[in-house]
Amino acid sequence: MQDPLGRLAAQIGSGMKLAVPVDYGGVPMALTRAIIAAGIDDLHLVCVPTGGMQVDMMIGAGLVKTIETSAVSLGEAGGAPQFNAAVRAGRVAMMDATCPAIHAGLLAAQKGVPFVPIRGLIETDVLANRLDWCVINNPMADDTGDDPIVLIPAIHPDAAIFHAPMADRFGNVWIGRRRELAAMAYSTKTTLVTVERMFDGDLMADEMTAAGTLPALYVTDVAVAARGAWPLGLWGEYDGDVAEQHRYAQAARTPEGFAAYMASDVRAGAA
Amino acid sequence: MSTPTTAHEILIVSIARLLRGTRHVAVGAASPIPAAGAMLARALAETQDEPKLRLSILGSVAHNFFTNGSAELFDCAAQGRIDAFFLGGGQIDGSGNVNLVGVGDYPEGTVRWPGSFGSAFLYFQIPRVILFREEHTPRVMVEKVDFISAPGVSSEGIWRKGGPHALLTGKGLFGFDATRPGFHLQTLHPGHTLEDVTAATGFRFSHAHATPETPPPDAATLALIRGRIRDELHESYPDFAATLRTAPLPSPLKEPSS
Repeated sequence: MQDPLGRLAAQIGSGMKLAVPVDYGGVPMALTRAIIAAGIDDLHLVCVPTGGMQVDMMIGAGLVKTIETSAVSLGEAGGAPQFNAAVRAGRVAMMDATCPAIHAGLLAAQKGVPFVPIRGLIETDVLANRLDWCVINNPMADDTGDDPIVLIPAIHPDAAIFHAPMADRFGNVWIGRRRELAAMAYSTKTTLVTVERMFDGDLMADEMTAAGTLPALYVTDVAVAARGAWPLGLWGEYDGDVAEQHRYAQAARTPEGFAAYMASDVRAGAA
Repeated sequence: MSTPTTAHEILIVSIARLLRGTRHVAVGAASPIPAAGAMLARALAETQDEPKLRLSILGSVAHNFFTNGSAELFDCAAQGRIDAFFLGGGQIDGSGNVNLVGVGDYPEGTVRWPGSFGSAFLYFQIPRVILFREEHTPRVMVEKVDFISAPGVSSEGIWRKGGPHALLTGKGLFGFDATRPGFHLQTLHPGHTLEDVTAATGFRFSHAHATPETPPPDAATLALIRGRIRDELHESYPDFAATLRTAPLPSPLKEPSS
């Protein structure tokens, strides 16, 4: 019988548009190792709104064709070496964004509308390089003057993945105040979640937990992965493993170092 | 005070001065010195009986008001509820343009940095954006950025209510004049000269005939940095907090533990 992480990973296929969370939001690192082990490719990653070690690993392992993000870095551990190398070599197609534009794209998907307007961006090279964004004149401007405003099209990922503290047996997932995880789930038909543990009861039955719960309506599948965000941290649960993040940052500077790290790390994740 | 002021303490107190009179300041991730300066501004507002200053420090639980996920910072700014924010930059040019993306021809280039984060939005929204970059060299302070993540000024008719307020570096403090547009050297940090700053700056800037030195913190402010601010900073930036000296004890005897 397939292990639970493998069951979730098997639902991510080559060529899919995949939404992934910010480093401090609950990154499913254990699931990411399983996805890498599955050997898929041509993914289009949407970072909500930035990426870190997870994204760097997926790029280094050759899974990523396109990346839509406001930034990728390893935070205190420095720049993202595999991401940086892949961009410079033109191995990934880059869709540079800005954080609120990614949120706007997800909001449009959540509302079921084709776009959401946002301020800023005019006369930036971010906008100049995003041919999928467009500028219109605000049709509701008070006076006759021009008021250009940017439209961000809805982002419709094929799947979203994240890690959270707990879920119940009905498929409800507790996300606390990390509301962007809900925004990710609203934007797609396939939301795959790993959790630290199962909650013995119904998260929707108590107002205190229900307020921070993503209902099962939006959740496709859940698997338990204890310390599933390691070596990143999980809010309210555990801090990131800074020494391990630095170990990765150091190793990933060269293709050989990256390969050696992943060979040992994927085995550790699969054990 | 027995121990002299450090370069970091000059930066921290400079940031606190730039934030005076603000009501809500947001600090992005990986920004220990701006976080320390904002915490100092909050502490000083309390001791000087000025209006309460709220802080939203990304990555902190204790110093953060947001409950609506990572979109809330941007919504809050768009609602006009954030008075000041900090931006860095791999390159900053004389017109206040910021580049967080990379060097050379986009997208491949020769150097790739993380990316624009929220700059392309927040620079338009937040009235007092403080450009902060400790490294003050010709490779950072350039004549013209290779990629505009966020523009220092906008053409007429472009909606904008925010922008650069100051540029603080390891060498000095500059003000920004959006009408020129350009920077004006206001003060030089201890140990730096106009010649030294000019040589390290790839863009032209204006300056007075004689530029004053950045004033150091007074004894009470220094004690705040080495005491309360050090303690508040520990949650989000333990390594950096440890580099701030411990406040001298009020007496040679240690307080009895309760």
